[in-house]
Amino acid sequence: MENHFDVIVIGAGAAGLTAGIYLSRAKVSTLILNKGAVGGQMVLTHEIANYPGVESISGYQLARNMKTQAQKFGCVIKSNIKITKLDIEGEIKSVEVNNKEVYTTHSVILATGGKSRTLGVPGEEQFKGKGISYCATCDGDFFQDKEIIVVGGGNSALEEAVSLTKYASKVTIVHQFDNFQALEHYVEEAKNNSKINFIMESKIIEFAGDESLKKVRIQNQATEEIKEMMVDGVFIFIGYVPNTESMGGKVALNNYGEIIVDKNMATNIAGVYAAGDSIAKRYRQVTTAVADGTIAALSASEYVNNIKKELNTVSAN
Amino acid sequence: MLNTNLTHILSEQEHAKLLQENENVMVCCGRMGPMCIPVYEVMEELEGEYTNVKFADMEFDIADARVIRNLPEVRGFQGIPFVIYYKNGKVVKATSSIQSREQVTAILDEKFGK
Repeated sequence: MENHFDVIVIGAGAAGLTAGIYLSRAKVSTLILNKGAVGGQMVLTHEIANYPGVESISGYQLARNMKTQAQKFGCVIKSNIKITKLDIEGEIKSVEVNNKEVYTTHSVILATGGKSRTLGVPGEEQFKGKGISYCATCDGDFFQDKEIIVVGGGNSALEEAVSLTKYASKVTIVHQFDNFQALEHYVEEAKNNSKINFIMESKIIEFAGDESLKKVRIQNQATEEIKEMMVDGVFIFIGYVPNTESMGGKVALNNYGEIIVDKNMATNIAGVYAAGDSIAKRYRQVTTAVADGTIAALSASEYVNNIKKELNTVSAN
Repeated sequence: MLNTNLTHILSEQEHAKLLQENENVMVCCGRMGPMCIPVYEVMEELEGEYTNVKFADMEFDIADARVIRNLPEVRGFQGIPFVIYYKNGKVVKATSSIQSREQVTAILDEKFGK
């Protein structure tokens, strides 16, 4: 059966690729289906300096290495796929892609990762790439000697705000709460930078401009007062949301939309496992995704082997 | 040179030649960064599907990329990659920053057909 695989992994970030490596190396036929480009959130990182055994590597290169490693063991990877139907509750599970092809399997690993959270306010889509950015290292140099805003209060927001002072004349951090969620040293570094100032307890409620972004409307959360601010650019770093919207009603999710798993990465559905940024957990790192992917692969492999043994016993009788 | 499997445009002359020799051209002008890589991957995958379109990339930071950076159609762009769609040598569409497969195919279908 050309379209049947022992395990189908959905997602090709660190967790999905690791699962692909482990499964394929164990001769478990594996298909990875990926919605976007291979690498997931990993490719958003220019330099990874804390991956054990690797002093420094770009996220892109690490992702490519993982992809090549998985393919070398026989893993089939299909990227830029749109999953149009997911039927994972029975013993034979099926995944329909691009409204035509159907793949079947005994086990599914959900490694769908997360995506950058957007503000979802008027003008955001219109000015993406025309003043609004989600990547400081990509677009920072467009804002040489310009005044910009960084939205967010976590590690990424504070770290990128400091890095953007290399280009911008002034960086204003807009954060919805009255305190930061970032680690103290990131906060201190930002506070000690003379180019950075802060607007706390406030949210951007609208972007406006002509062919590029010109101004934002900012609302104070405590007083509800709205102010307009002229600005050349806005960088948004407000975390990630899990890619689990299509799984509601099938796989058990928590209140944040994250997949609930046990210590074996098993979900509430037999034969369905989950790993990486889409699961409920505290720390989201490449290393933790790799660990999740390993556990999910070993669990799925055991599940598939047991099913195959049962099928062999039945046919022998 | 960008680390992709696309045709690389390395100079203004190559850019002009490519437009002269092909009716429909899509050029992604960027770097090997997180906003650009997904667009290159989409283009690599679409090459086999859209045989009527020539897909190419150009490094954003080389001097000759001014043929793209200075286009009137990219005025106001502040996010890489700059993606330019040409028909008979004329710009018919330009986009800034990351684009999904769906967004790219919608433009290809509208401007060039399949």
